[in-house]
Amino acid sequence: MRIANFSRSQRMAIVQGILCIVSIIAVMQLWLFTTTMEAYLSGEESFVLTAAAASLVCLGLNLGLFHYLRALDR
Amino acid sequence: MKVASPEIVAPDNRAAEQQPHWRQEFPIDLPQDDYRSRRDFTKLMVITSFAFFVGQAWIVLLSRLRRARGEAPLKDIAAVDELSVGGAKLFHYPGPGDASLLVRISERQFVAYGQKCTHLSCPVIPKPQAQRLHCPCHEGSFDLLTGQPLAGPPRRPLPRILLSVRGNRIYANGVQQGVV
Repeated sequence: MRIANFSRSQRMAIVQGILCIVSIIAVMQLWLFTTTMEAYLSGEESFVLTAAAASLVCLGLNLGLFHYLRALDR
Repeated sequence: MKVASPEIVAPDNRAAEQQPHWRQEFPIDLPQDDYRSRRDFTKLMVITSFAFFVGQAWIVLLSRLRRARGEAPLKDIAAVDELSVGGAKLFHYPGPGDASLLVRISERQFVAYGQKCTHLSCPVIPKPQAQRLHCPCHEGSFDLLTGQPLAGPPRRPLPRILLSVRGNRIYANGVQQGVV
């Protein structure tokens, strides 16, 4: 990935922005996990696979953002 | 004498020459330190995100295993005259490790539930006089007729064991999760 040569303050703003987004996504995954576990224990299993797919998408987003962050340091 | 690089920003924002001697020897670049700690925290959050996905995959696996186990078998659990009204019997259903309770609530009515409290899996105790199943660990209570939580920390009902009476024998023939 080709990254523009950002100044130090710009990189700081970028890492803070990415940290916020990654944290929000992780909290969403936590909510998804607890809801799915609650439903599974109550015998409701119809959306277990969909929830896992949504969690995978969230993980993909987080990995993508982290990959960008690593590219920023090179 | 070592002089700190002009790019390095000290915590008090003063010039390098105004810093104490020890800081000139061991300069701390505060913005760079902040940057690295935020980046490392982001890495930790991504690892947490991965852990949540693993948890979701684990639930999918449990769900598949539950389906693969199929229908619970028919099992003879007691004789009708074995229990007096208000009496209870412990049995294991559907598997050998699944403790369940059979309670006779009237001459012709029996109910059975999984014995594990849906809060933290403590064994529940039948209290037919109060029409409740009581969990002594955290003072939780379930309705004896429906298995619904009535008091305390449990929020989900007890799994209900489906019963059938044939002649003088009582049989368990399935488990109903999430009784409404």
